[in-house]
This record gives sequence, C-alpha cells and structure tokens, in this order.
Amino acid sequence: MRLLPKHPQRRKRLALISLLITGIGAAVALATVALKENINLFYSPTQILSGEAPKNHVFRLGGLVAEGSVKRNKDNLDVYFEVTDTDKKVAVIYNGILPDLFREGQGIVALGKLRDDGVFIADEVLAKHDENYMPPEAAKAIEDAQAKQTRSTTTPQGSQQP
Amino acid sequence: MNEFFHMGGYAFYVWTSYGLALIILLWNVILPRQRQKQLLARLKRKFRQSPPQGNNQ
Amino acid sequence: MWSFLHKLASPKHFYHFAGRLIPWLGWSTLLLMLAGLYTGLVVAPTDYQQGESYRIIYIHVPAAWMSMFVYMVMAGAGAIGLIWKIKMADIVASSAAPLGAAFTFLALVTGSLWGKPMWGTWWIWDARLTSELILLFLYLGFIALQSAIEDKRTAANACAVLALVGVVNIPIIHYSVEWWNTLHQGPTVTRFDKPAMDTSMLIPLMIMFFAFKLYFGLTVLMRARGEILERERNSTWVKQMVTESS
Repeated sequence: MRLLPKHPQRRKRLALISLLITGIGAAVALATVALKENINLFYSPTQILSGEAPKNHVFRLGGLVAEGSVKRNKDNLDVYFEVTDTDKKVAVIYNGILPDLFREGQGIVALGKLRDDGVFIADEVLAKHDENYMPPEAAKAIEDAQAKQTRSTTTPQGSQQP
Repeated sequence: MNEFFHMGGYAFYVWTSYGLALIILLWNVILPRQRQKQLLARLKRKFRQSPPQGNNQ
Repeated sequence: MWSFLHKLASPKHFYHFAGRLIPWLGWSTLLLMLAGLYTGLVVAPTDYQQGESYRIIYIHVPAAWMSMFVYMVMAGAGAIGLIWKIKMADIVASSAAPLGAAFTFLALVTGSLWGKPMWGTWWIWDARLTSELILLFLYLGFIALQSAIEDKRTAANACAVLALVGVVNIPIIHYSVEWWNTLHQGPTVTRFDKPAMDTSMLIPLMIMFFAFKLYFGLTVLMRARGEILERERNSTWVKQMVTESS
C-alpha cells in the first residue's frame, strides 16, 4: 500500500480531509434536497393546476407549446398559445418578441403571473431547446419514419373494425 | 464564401464566440512564454554580474 | 513507474521533462485545433432547429468540460501537495487555476452568446448557469487567496483546502440539468445510450475536445515551468543552466 502515506501524521491529515469532503458533501446534498423547490426554474402545468405555484406572485411556467394552439393577433404583438406537459394544459397570453426557436411543439419557459381565470399572463418567453443535434435531412427522415410507423400500426386496427 | 461568414444570420454570435476563444487561448500561450523569456534574461544578467561559482549552496 | 513519478516530483526534472514535451504538445494542439475548426465550421451540417448558431457548441462545450476537468486536476494536485508535501503538486495546482478560470469564463460567455439568439436571453439564474458561475468564483477565490498569503507553503495549503471544499460543486454542475428544471438542455454526449447528436456533428466536437485537452496540457506545463524558474531562481541547477546556455 504505497498509496497511503506512511507517516502517521499524514495519515491523520488524509483521514481528516476525506472526512471534511464527505461532511461538506453530505451537508450540501441535504441542503439541495431541502431547497429543491426553490432551485427549480419553473413549474409545469400539472403543478400549477394542483395549486403548487405561488398565487399573485411572479413565477415561471415551463412546458411544450401545444400543437395547433398558437394564435397571433394581427393588430399588435399579442400571442395566445397553450403550454402542455403532455398531461395538463395552461393557456398563455404574451405581448412581445418571441425567440427564434419559438414554435409549436417547442419547449418554452415563460415568466409571468396567473390571472384569476387561470390564464397565464407572460412578461417574458424563453425557448428551451432539446439536447438533439442533427442536420435537417436527418430530422426529416426520422419524422417520415415515425409517420410511417404510426400509419402501419393504425391501418391494421382500422381494417379490423367493421 | 459570403454565406459562410453570414452564418445564417447568426454571424455576430458565432464569430464573437470564436474570436473571444482565439484571444483567450492565444493569450494563455503568449503570456507564460513571455514571462519565461523575461525571467531567463533577468537571471542571465544577474548571474553575469555575480558568477555562481563561489556562492554555491 | 514510481521512480518516474518520483523524478517528476523534483522541480529540476519536471522543468526539463516539460521543456521536451512542450513543442510536441504545441504542434499537436495546433493541428487538432485547425482540424476541429475546419470540420466544425465548414464540414458539419446545419442543425435542423438552431441553424448555424449551434456551431458555438464547438467552443462552448469543450470549454465547459475543461472548466470541470481542470478543477479536478487542480483539487487533486492540491490534495497531493497537502498530504505528501510535494512542492511540484502545489506548482501544478497554482498553474492550473488561471487556466481553469479562463475556460470557465469562455464557457459562460459563449453560452451567453448562444443563449441570446436561441433561448431569448443572455442570462438566467437556472441551476446549470448559476453553478457554473460559482465555479468561476471558486477559481477566482483560489487565485486571490494564493496571492493574499505571502508564504508559499501556507498559501498552497489554504488554497488546496478551498479547492477540495469546492469539489462538491462539480457533480452539482454536471447533474443540475437532471436534478432540477432548468432552461439549459440535458446532456447530449454523456448520456448512457447513444449520444443525441448526428455523427457528422459529433466528430468535430470530439476533435475540439481533444484539442482543448492538449491545449491545457501545453499551457499548464508552460506556466509550471515559469513558476519553477521563479521559485528556484537561487538554486544551483538554475544557475548552472542559465550560465551554461549563454
């Protein structure tokens, strides 16, 4: 065991340091678990509908822009859309410039307040992009393959029905 | 070529990133190099004034 | 192996060994860097969502990885210096600190330059960005503490303790995107399954990653040599070396 220092005093110091690191590590781990809620950047629609989000207080809402839900006002910059976590939905109204990545199906994080009728009035909308990187052709190929797959799985079911 | 520098409209963001990286990376090579050279030159001058033969520890 | 490491622990041998290694590291870094730039900027295709802006990844991600890697090197060297009282380990730790700070700064600024067009903001206090900023402060704290204490030995010990305490931040940075809801996306390359990146885009990233690694090796050795010369300027071997070369 050449790795451990021979000198008893150094051995003690090594033990002390390891103890220090594990101690601080444990403290930080406990603190982060306790603070978990506060470190989360946003609330999901499910959390908001179950009343976890702060009332009358500015907070962030995160989720995907629901397909086919984006409606733009022709006269001003008002945008209406719904944010979903594939389970629940929250309606959002926003007035301002949207980031380049904003589109239907895209993850977004919006900062704002919940109105009494449950509509989220956003002051800021940020796009959250995913961890996938690929050329447009590859993305299209995946999309086509998925479309094919869903078609092939739905057609036999369709033919079984009278 | 123009299209390459245009970066699909993101020229400012992309080229600022690469430019900054270049400056920082070069800086961290040039700085220690110069320090080394200056230090060696200084030591050379010092030892020429007082040759090390007599005062070896 | 042990005798080789033992030799490296002596500043004189380290100085000469590093001097022989530096030209090799320099040229291979340059070659890899150019290869990475060419494949990343010219050969790699456009991204399906982010267009050309994603090319910032070839600076941002290697810099961010290095910011954590250098920290582990610094803390590891600091611990070795603290326990075994090896002067060379202290020199390596103090040489790594400014480089780690530079990588962290680069990762933060390029991230900001990427965030503005894609997310819509330069900065957000999410867990990933905040923990990376804390890393920058840890590096700056290390550098400040070192220059604040006159005695090199005491300074190295104090800095090593600071660096070791700061190690807890490294897993926090890495897992922040999984533990909490963040604006920053999840990991792309270090996933357990296949990396979520097209091979044509992944290759330049890997080249850049190795280029940054070699670059760190190069610059840390250069800084360590300077530090050795400064600290050992009154020793016999330095005097001999300097007078013989003239």
